[in-house]
Amino acid sequence: MAEKFDLNEREVWDGNYAASQALRQARVDVVAAYPITPSTPIVENYGAYVANGYIDGEFVMVESEHAAMSGCVGASAAGGRVATATSSQGFALMAEVLYQASGMRLPIVLTVVNRALASPLNVRGDHGDMYLGRDSGWIQIDAFNAQEAYDLTLCAFKIGENHDVRLPVMVHQDGFITSHTAQNVYPLSDEKAYEFIGDIVPVDDMLDFSRPVTYGAQTEEDWHFEHKAKQHKALMDSRPIIDEVFEEFEKLTGRKYNRVEGYDMDDAEVVIVALGTTVETARVAAQELREEGVKAGVVGIRVFRPFPFDQVRDMLENAKSIAVLDRSSPGGAMGAFFNEVSAALYTTPNRPLITNYIYGLGGRDFSVSEAKRIFLEQKTNVDAGHITTDIQQFSGLRGPHLGYFQTKRS
Amino acid sequence: MIEIRWHSRAGQGAVTGAKSLGDIVATTGKEVQAFALYGSAKRGAALRAYNRIDDKPIITHEKFMNPDYVLVIDPALAMTDDITMNDKETTKYIITTHLEKDELISQIPALQDKADRVYVVDCIEISLDTIGRSIPNAPMLGAFVKVSGMFELDYFLENMKRVLAKFPQKIIDGNMQAITRAYNEVK
Repeated sequence: MAEKFDLNEREVWDGNYAASQALRQARVDVVAAYPITPSTPIVENYGAYVANGYIDGEFVMVESEHAAMSGCVGASAAGGRVATATSSQGFALMAEVLYQASGMRLPIVLTVVNRALASPLNVRGDHGDMYLGRDSGWIQIDAFNAQEAYDLTLCAFKIGENHDVRLPVMVHQDGFITSHTAQNVYPLSDEKAYEFIGDIVPVDDMLDFSRPVTYGAQTEEDWHFEHKAKQHKALMDSRPIIDEVFEEFEKLTGRKYNRVEGYDMDDAEVVIVALGTTVETARVAAQELREEGVKAGVVGIRVFRPFPFDQVRDMLENAKSIAVLDRSSPGGAMGAFFNEVSAALYTTPNRPLITNYIYGLGGRDFSVSEAKRIFLEQKTNVDAGHITTDIQQFSGLRGPHLGYFQTKRS
Repeated sequence: MIEIRWHSRAGQGAVTGAKSLGDIVATTGKEVQAFALYGSAKRGAALRAYNRIDDKPIITHEKFMNPDYVLVIDPALAMTDDITMNDKETTKYIITTHLEKDELISQIPALQDKADRVYVVDCIEISLDTIGRSIPNAPMLGAFVKVSGMFELDYFLENMKRVLAKFPQKIIDGNMQAITRAYNEVK
């Protein structure tokens, strides 16, 4: 039986520590992990809990991230509660197995500390790895600070293991900005946290020898398509269950999460739409601009997959000019996030003006003053009645302005 | 909001110092943030650590700040790093040095019109005497407690014991002495 871990009602934790405590409280059966910056401390802390007797589950040291996720697939198919952590290059090496895990409908929890993808090599935060996972069939939940990294990791088990979901879940946090920033965190007691998540009830577990099952079967054109369609439907159908889990979490803690978060949106004319810590930094800018009479608002995407197409549309359809911020190198296209938000807004009668900012790659600072500048560019668009800038611009880049495409006007 | 910037070398404990300060400030009911700008830094490389303290939740995540306090825990960085960067007319400086305050300021042009806001303390010597190693973070905390007036010394020491609870008693005692001495010696 695991030793009791003493927790205070108020702790000062960074995002990594918060995530590792959530994994401890979830009483995970198997963690198979290979540490990588900036998620290393999640694995390090967890390893220390194991060594000090705070954990009854198994900790499997493996030789790579590919093996880490493979170990998770095996343990999850066997019927255990399973989790791991990674970032960046490790995430990329896991990519093959991520698709295996979701295709086999295994409710693994992966805490991802977002970091840029090489080359050039860079250990700092951007969303390149998060975007790499966006078609992998996993639920992707995004924390904007350390408290949320803790809360949402607890929620992730309850969502993924729900028998009407049965999907793996990633919980993202920004490398360094969240993972290495200590702040006030208000944890649940071990009992309350575990009671909220509950025991895992496996489905088709391989260790049930009375009922043999096959995982990872081959299907060609006869059935592959139907399997992938079912997987997509499972992701789409997970939306109300994610909402239920968030409601239950609110009853327990008073902390309310939504698949799309809106701040100052009731009468907002100019809006920043973003992911991660940028959502909170942009809120500071919006509040300061409101004191100057600018009707600024912020929309943060809490659940990146399944993408909340309808909620994004509802939240933004009355705005006048919207900046969608992509923290991932777009690789010869508009930002992927911009494209998704734009597609949702194209189906509204108003079709607000919408522009794309590429920012913060490799950990480049995103400041309150830069957020204000972006808001004010949207204000200029509103006053002019059309987009006055390039539709895609790089924000915070050194050297000459970089931007592409202009609005067609008659 | 109160903002603090630490100038340090990797290995001198600025990150731990910033996190310990955050931990103790949080016990007074305030909201805190503690972070650092480092990454692949090797021991001895210059780094900066930061604290924010406020009555309400801190939601800004920018690295940029206009600090209220600048804490320099490596003597040479006072000369070579840009310690007055983005400062304000009220920014207070606490600098570790073996020099007298006038001598130090005469060597740093950027500080010459800020003399009334500069405080000096020899954190290196204090940590060598009390802890037995050059770990200037703990003495700097003592100097900060004095200059900021944010806590009573006893309250700070009691809470620091809790933060250090996992260490052997000898280390805890050394840190208590270091904090107390710097509190009394900063000028």
